[in-house]
Amino acid sequence: MGAFVLHPQQYRWAWLLISVGVLGICAAASVLIGSRDVGLADAFAALGGSLEGFDQGVIAKRIPRTLLALSAGAALSISGVVMQGVTRNPLADPGILGVNMGASLAVVVGIAYFGLTLAAHYVWLAIAGAALTAVFVYAIGSLGSGGATPLKLALAGTATSAALVSFITAVVLPRNDIADNVRSWQIGGVGGATFESLIQVGPLLLAGLVICLLSARKLNTLALGDEVATGLGERVAITRAFASLGAVVLCGASTAVCGPIGFVGLVVPHACRLLVGLDHRWLLPLSGIVGAVLLTVADILGRIIARPAELDVAIVTAFIGAPVFISIVRRQRSRAL
Amino acid sequence: MRPIPSTKTVCSARTVSSARLAHRESTATAERIVAGMARRRLRHGIALGVFGVLIVAGFVISLMFGHSFYPFSDVLKVIMGQDVPQAGFTVGVLRLPRASLAILAGFSFGLAGVAFQTMLRNPLASPDIIGISAGAAAAAVFGIVFLSLKAAAVSMFAIVAGLLVALIVYLLSYRGGVAGTRLILIGIGVAAMLDSFTAYCLSQAAEWNLQDAMRWMTGSLNGANWGETGMVLISLILFGSLLLSQSRRLLITQLGDDAASALGVAVGRTRLIVTLSAVGLISFATAATGPVAFVAFLSGPIAARVVGSGRSLLLPSAFIGALLVLVADFFGQFILGTRYPVGVITGVLGAPFLLYLIIKANRVGGSL
Repeated sequence: MGAFVLHPQQYRWAWLLISVGVLGICAAASVLIGSRDVGLADAFAALGGSLEGFDQGVIAKRIPRTLLALSAGAALSISGVVMQGVTRNPLADPGILGVNMGASLAVVVGIAYFGLTLAAHYVWLAIAGAALTAVFVYAIGSLGSGGATPLKLALAGTATSAALVSFITAVVLPRNDIADNVRSWQIGGVGGATFESLIQVGPLLLAGLVICLLSARKLNTLALGDEVATGLGERVAITRAFASLGAVVLCGASTAVCGPIGFVGLVVPHACRLLVGLDHRWLLPLSGIVGAVLLTVADILGRIIARPAELDVAIVTAFIGAPVFISIVRRQRSRAL
Repeated sequence: MRPIPSTKTVCSARTVSSARLAHRESTATAERIVAGMARRRLRHGIALGVFGVLIVAGFVISLMFGHSFYPFSDVLKVIMGQDVPQAGFTVGVLRLPRASLAILAGFSFGLAGVAFQTMLRNPLASPDIIGISAGAAAAAVFGIVFLSLKAAAVSMFAIVAGLLVALIVYLLSYRGGVAGTRLILIGIGVAAMLDSFTAYCLSQAAEWNLQDAMRWMTGSLNGANWGETGMVLISLILFGSLLLSQSRRLLITQLGDDAASALGVAVGRTRLIVTLSAVGLISFATAATGPVAFVAFLSGPIAARVVGSGRSLLLPSAFIGALLVLVADFFGQFILGTRYPVGVITGVLGAPFLLYLIIKANRVGGSL
């Protein structure tokens, strides 16, 4: 194991290719598996654009859903990598830090008070909410000596999440007219995906992705510590702000379309670090692919476990992610927490 | 020969005077300590008296006021068991069990919360943060949705799950000793998993409505009845008295294991009894009302600020818990226009307080 982790360079291309292959299989499975069994012939016909009969209609519904699961998974795990890099903290994740909940509250407020119904409109609110929450949690978590330790950040995130959930409930409960709308958005996960909502948030996801990939090299420098990074000519504060912007855009936009999904951004980066090492230029793309795989698999599992009903993908990711969270905490020396 | 006695006299004179001084000082210290103890006892007593009066007042007000008003005389008649038209139903069937459950559940949450906080010497180690409430709630929902259990069986199910979760969190955070920070973080992880299990059970329920879901996610007193209230009362009598019997020992264990053992406290046994009874209290109350957000966490620190240190916080915290649930429920029901479940109100109050505690601890630079 040690040697394997120490010299992952030779395997990088192999891992990247393997993960792309797995991604293809998962995407196909996601289109084919569901509460209704569909034959291969119908599936191919539907992929070709045909909409004859019920089965092909089902497939046509599953295609945007699969695309959304893929892009949301990639977005969340890349934003997880960046958050872990920026805060230099192994427990950073859009869910644990409460950033997803901040985006959710902003969306709910937009739906309730400003009558927004299109993802294209409230996605901006979601990003603003995510950014505000990220700054708030990081500010609280880094007060005092020792800076932003994992414990302080996780606690600040948990407390903020709890507060935001209460506020979301307080906004939604009096409004029976929007309660259904909000609930289907919040619980729907990736199930309610349409091509329209995908097209509306697509450009933002792409922008966030580009920002994150551009900061890969800078994140590598940050990993050396602030003093060394400054010594190497890095403007630390600007780098942090730039990379965080990308992360916030990614998780805000994905929350706007599929509701708050936690733990993907925590699990995937840790797994990928074992595979390709600490270099962000490799870590970011591989995490994106593996994250897409993870969320798609979680979505498929949610469809199989609760047949004929469906299980929200966020429930499945919590079940996969919480044990990983616990094992990371167990590995830390208590002084490092 | 002369210098020696003189030195002797000087010496003895000095010893005598210093001894006198020391004696005077020690009596002064002793007096100060005694005075301090008396003052704290007085403060403790006054605080308990004031809380008691407030709870009774809140109880009466929540029976009298609501969407319809009934005079005190009517309420009294209903409580005495007389038949009063209209008030008999509204007060006797709707408001009385609800207000009683609010007080009893709040009492349980407050007691159990502060017991954990004192035992683990950390305000963040309250059962609703380290996952025990989440475990009890998950088990209760599972029992109701999949096994169609009734009140008593649901409570039993919840307490087994609560104990199991406490054990699991403890074992997972054990690595040659349990570090408080690790226990809290692992508790948060376990709670996240259990919450999503609760969400899964709710999504499988045949009749899934928002009010039921709210109860199991944030806690609510809607549909309170005497069956549930009775279970909480039984657990309060049983586990509450067990916990209160340990209050002095619990206070001493705060000095550290070694000092406590030296003072004659069986630390392990005390801890076992406290854990058992606190988990019992939390589980029974949670099986009746759901995990009312942050009451267990809030009560202890508030009580500590009101009563001060040096005396057991168990009773003050229990009174604060009862007051919190009672007032928050009344507030959520009638003041805000929309009916909010009690957990939403306590959540909105509690989360900023948690942030405040974190900020304060970070400022001071002390460990959380």
